[in-house]
Amino acid sequence: MNGQHKRCVQVLNEALHEVFAERADVYLLGEDILDPYGGAFKVSQGLSDAYPGRVLTTPISEASLFGVAAGMALRGQRPILEIMFGDFIALGLDQIVNGIAKFREMYDDQVTVPLVVRTPMGGRRGYGPTHSQSLEKLLLGVPNIVVVAASECHDLRELVVAVVEDERPVFLIENKLMYGRPNRRPEHGHIGELAVRESGALYPALTFSGTDFSEGTATIVTYGGMVPVVLDAVTELILEHEIFCEVVALSQLLPIELEPVLESVARTGALVTAEEGTLTGGFGAEIAARVQEAAWSDLRGPVQRVAARDGIIPSARALEDAMLPSAHDVVEAIVALEAVRS
Amino acid sequence: MPTLYERMFFIRRFEESLLDLFAQGKLVGTTHTYIGQEANAVGIIDHLEPERDVIFSNHRCHGHYLAFTDDDFGLLCEVMGKAPGVCGGKGGSQHLCKGNFYSNGVLGSIVPVATGIALAEKQKGTGAVSTVFLGDGTLGEGVTYESLNIASLWKLPVFFVVENNHYAQSTPIELELAGSITARAEAFGVETGELATTDVEEIHDTAGRALARIRETGEPYFLVLDTYRYSPHSKGDDNRDPAEIEKRRERDPLTVAGARLGEEERRDIEEGCERRLSETIAAAEDAPAATPEAA
Repeated sequence: MNGQHKRCVQVLNEALHEVFAERADVYLLGEDILDPYGGAFKVSQGLSDAYPGRVLTTPISEASLFGVAAGMALRGQRPILEIMFGDFIALGLDQIVNGIAKFREMYDDQVTVPLVVRTPMGGRRGYGPTHSQSLEKLLLGVPNIVVVAASECHDLRELVVAVVEDERPVFLIENKLMYGRPNRRPEHGHIGELAVRESGALYPALTFSGTDFSEGTATIVTYGGMVPVVLDAVTELILEHEIFCEVVALSQLLPIELEPVLESVARTGALVTAEEGTLTGGFGAEIAARVQEAAWSDLRGPVQRVAARDGIIPSARALEDAMLPSAHDVVEAIVALEAVRS
Repeated sequence: MPTLYERMFFIRRFEESLLDLFAQGKLVGTTHTYIGQEANAVGIIDHLEPERDVIFSNHRCHGHYLAFTDDDFGLLCEVMGKAPGVCGGKGGSQHLCKGNFYSNGVLGSIVPVATGIALAEKQKGTGAVSTVFLGDGTLGEGVTYESLNIASLWKLPVFFVVENNHYAQSTPIELELAGSITARAEAFGVETGELATTDVEEIHDTAGRALARIRETGEPYFLVLDTYRYSPHSKGDDNRDPAEIEKRRERDPLTVAGARLGEEERRDIEEGCERRLSETIAAAEDAPAATPEAA
């Protein structure tokens, strides 16, 4: 499919080369990022050969590395911290919550902390309970940071440039399966059969429609690695059930960006949230709460949430599949919504 | 230039005044006083250049702050929740920032940040030393050792100062620390020094040599100062044996340094400090309270 599109890992890698060329204050820190290895997922390949003084391969010390990057940012540099697996942000939560997120406000705006943390989340590769999670929901309750989720349909180059230029601490959530897939950008306002609108925000939202935004049964809001899963579900809903849904694929998860969701819900009157993280206390819960506050009268039924079960992500393929949300789960949520309403 | 004694005396009286203000109900929140440890801050920080060098301090940061910035009004307003506070009242006692001075309230949390600061300053070629103040309690935090490893591995100009006051809050060192303190740093190939004194002149000499080493080699140095606080961990939480405290008071750094001064000279210094402090307290009391910004 779409052989002319570069793979996401290549787009991200080229964008990093671009920001390194543009700005002498950009540094990359992380584990195993030196060439020829170039990082566990190869996003950082070629950087250490091109910029040897600005790429620092580190000890396996995530808890400290967040702080080291914060110290660099406080002193005017632009560190990019590559965390090999998103699961490992748990080691850095003290630095994130009590330092990175607080310095600017608690020091009364005397400082900024313009650092970027890049990390892959997501399962479906059989890596098991501690290398497969989608833990970005832990970050969504932390004020004063920015959480950006990359998806294969977003302009990944633009995202990388924007996160590096941002004066705020930004977490760029990548996705393991996304790396190897083509970066599918809209052509003539379409990705595949679906019409696409892109918001003009710094971290844009993409809204997809199978009816050119004229009608829709429900809105599905999602992000990151769930975007292709949801798009598959939308295709199935059209072909198998003749149900037309809009999809809002956010890239800015925090601060919560509600406007594209509300715009779509105003057209469709129903909402399903879809995320790969566990259900309780997640992205969908926050979105659902806010949408019912802001658009109660637009909703014809209760907001449905699709997410991972509240448990571990097992290693065995069939067990992992049973744990994580699938296109079928999304279809079922929409069909259930229809049943409630009819 | 104020003498080392004058700076120590002012810090002592500032901290005692905070406890008085708490007792009068004019302060809320908390404070961690530096009473008894003044010679450490004053002896070390006299060698630092505030325009170039950087300090990251901890919850017990007032002494370091005053020695580095001389900003008693900004600090008192901050602790009192007044608008002219150095962080507008947002940080309070433990979360200060002014110029090249920072502090934060989670033990150990500051050490990686100080290490990152040293990395940035090295890359920028400023020649700055990044000084981080730890205590014996902080040696229980794992990131301290990750940071020692990184600072040594990357040859970063970090000055690790351990003020070992023998208590982690209320827990005596025998119950919170195993093994040798200096051997911890030596295991990472970091040069160490150790000093058990309350004499600010001795601390000043040792710190001067340590900083000269850092500036010469560009590499970290780990200095352990045996010290003691006479006041509670915070305000009223003290279960130590009063006899132990009294014994330590015999070597009060103010008594040691004051003995080198003539009676009249010492009285002039102390009266000057008292006048300045009274003016600062009066000005801070008159200052407007910090209020939420209009939405």
